[in-house]
Amino acid sequence: MKAKPVIPIGPYHPLQEEPEFWKLVVDGETVVDVDVRIGYNHRGIEKISESKSFDQSIFIVERICGICSSSHPIACVQAIEDLAGIEVPERALYIRTITQELERIHSHMLWLGLAGHFLGYNTVFMWGWKYREPICDIMEMVTGNRQNYAMHKVGGVRRDIEKEHVSYILTRLDEFLKQLDILKGAVLDDPVLHTRLEGIGILTKEAAIEYSALGPTARASGYDIDVRRDHPYGVYDKVKWNVITQEKGDVFAKAVVRILEMYESARIIRQCLDRLPDGPIDSKPKEIPPGEGIGVAEAPRGEVFHYVKSDGTNSPVRHKIRAPTYMNFPTFRETVIGETVSDATIILAAIDPCYCCTERMIVVDDSNKELFRAQELVRLSQEKTARIRERFRMKQ
Amino acid sequence: MGFKEKILTKSIYVFHLSSGSCNNCDIEILDCLTPRFDLERFGIVLVGSIKHADVLLCTGSANRLTIPRIKKLYEQMPKPAFVIAYGACGSSRGLFKDSYNTGEPLDEIIPVDAYIPGCPPKPEATIGALVKLIGKIRAKKGK
Amino acid sequence: MTIDAIVKKINDRYGDRILKSEIKSSKRAYIDIYPKDIVDVAKYLFKELGMRFNIASAVDDFDGIEILYHFAYDASGVIVTIRVILKDKDNPHIDTITTVTKAAWWIEREIHELFGVEFDGNEDLRPLLLPDDWPKGVYPLRKNFVVPKRDSRKA
Repeated sequence: MKAKPVIPIGPYHPLQEEPEFWKLVVDGETVVDVDVRIGYNHRGIEKISESKSFDQSIFIVERICGICSSSHPIACVQAIEDLAGIEVPERALYIRTITQELERIHSHMLWLGLAGHFLGYNTVFMWGWKYREPICDIMEMVTGNRQNYAMHKVGGVRRDIEKEHVSYILTRLDEFLKQLDILKGAVLDDPVLHTRLEGIGILTKEAAIEYSALGPTARASGYDIDVRRDHPYGVYDKVKWNVITQEKGDVFAKAVVRILEMYESARIIRQCLDRLPDGPIDSKPKEIPPGEGIGVAEAPRGEVFHYVKSDGTNSPVRHKIRAPTYMNFPTFRETVIGETVSDATIILAAIDPCYCCTERMIVVDDSNKELFRAQELVRLSQEKTARIRERFRMKQ
Repeated sequence: MGFKEKILTKSIYVFHLSSGSCNNCDIEILDCLTPRFDLERFGIVLVGSIKHADVLLCTGSANRLTIPRIKKLYEQMPKPAFVIAYGACGSSRGLFKDSYNTGEPLDEIIPVDAYIPGCPPKPEATIGALVKLIGKIRAKKGK
Repeated sequence: MTIDAIVKKINDRYGDRILKSEIKSSKRAYIDIYPKDIVDVAKYLFKELGMRFNIASAVDDFDGIEILYHFAYDASGVIVTIRVILKDKDNPHIDTITTVTKAAWWIEREIHELFGVEFDGNEDLRPLLLPDDWPKGVYPLRKNFVVPKRDSRKA
């Protein structure tokens, strides 16, 4: 049998900021097989955590991923609280929920921008990132840093939301929502994006369940799971909000889920700020007994899972971390195969992969002749968008 | 300052390399280029190919899989080339110093011209560092 | 279905093949079984009870290598952990559950790489995370692994 041409993408290419390596096996323009090599981001966090104390491990998990630097600490402190049976004051739960939702808005906005960039629609990229800034400002005001918030600790939170912060958060949030309305109109009503994204990279509901897909990837396929509702933590069971699902499972559905989720997040933040109770923000636990605990949290990409085992000493015996991309990523076998090369990039991007979370990714096989370089692949993708745009212009 | 450096400082082309970072630095680098901070008005552009780059922005604590790649990328850079170690991990490996998969610090792998500390450095710090780097390149006389 | 109902169902079905079952709180349960039963139990939880496969985590413990399979029942927010202990630390073997759920594809590769556990029946156990020149037979997440000193920065 004649060997099929292989397109290596990566590990360093202009598409993603992070290193990863995809091997697309193609037949003509159709992708017939995909493989991925991760590991360029593997830093051995699970092992480092075993040598640090419980308090320090929260700072480590925060540095797993810069985008989820609120979700990982929340899941981690919840695992330790589950282990030791620590009660958390209510005000702290509200503050945790607020930071978690602010993070979701900032992450979805970031994805939307990058998705636009992959399609050669740089306006969305620039707008998306510009409109994200108010959220970063709120984060800086509330937590003291634009990223890596250092907000959570076992038994509560580290910093309080002051009275004067509340009105600032609300004004900036309103400002953001107005801009989101414009962006939503520009993205969801754009005929070019419709043609470009609809019906490609379909993940069926059965496949989503088979692969245990998580977060927006699963919800866009009609697999109705959301940790915030199913395994309630923080104050998600006390505020009103909806789980957004779509049925089609294509890239467009994933974009719709993320855009609509930002509105839900804003709703949750408003209610939380409205009801923020008085009281302490930290229960100051003293000791961690031997035992094991599990903590889950809904990161922007899906469920974050932490398992902590303690033998009664100051540091964990085992700290298992599972990021959402770890479960979502293997679904590329279902979604990319059978699509064209120019669509592959956006499909791979549609799950919002986060390699530093997944901590993993192949070495360019020099024996295979390079057919396309990564830039050419982006160019192919962008040319397709241009072609579709031209077709629309002719119709009108 | 030679002729090449003189031209180079007018419009710096940056290649961004993530060698096992946590994404925070990478976000902040992209953030510098988007409308709020907009480094592009100073002619600073992120390029997709190392062969077009003047400055290598390296984030993250280099791990064993990426070290050979970093060396290869540096070799491919057209000289004169400058390297910025970005963030706490890029400058000193940060808290991943003792990990089994972390190799040497970046400045032992390739020569580094500027360090930007912070976890992650704020966009203002990045802009400040680039200004300082340009100053440093221009101050080198006759080289 | 509450946690008691789920644990009772598993206990009724497997009887004395269950070594120990512990309901730790209203949301968490831990069930110990023999390694040979794992495929059967995983199939029951995943296919018949409709639970979601969270992840598997391995722990290097004194008595052997523990593998914990976490399953979530989303309708009532319960996480059930199935624990198996592989006594033979030098040559740990267990059957693969990728025949039950494809979600276990990557995690089995990872445990194989970091703990040296063989998953019988899993064809794809290529390295996932570590560099290609990583020495064979060295498993970084085992307790006896010591991070080699190599701070080259001299004073």
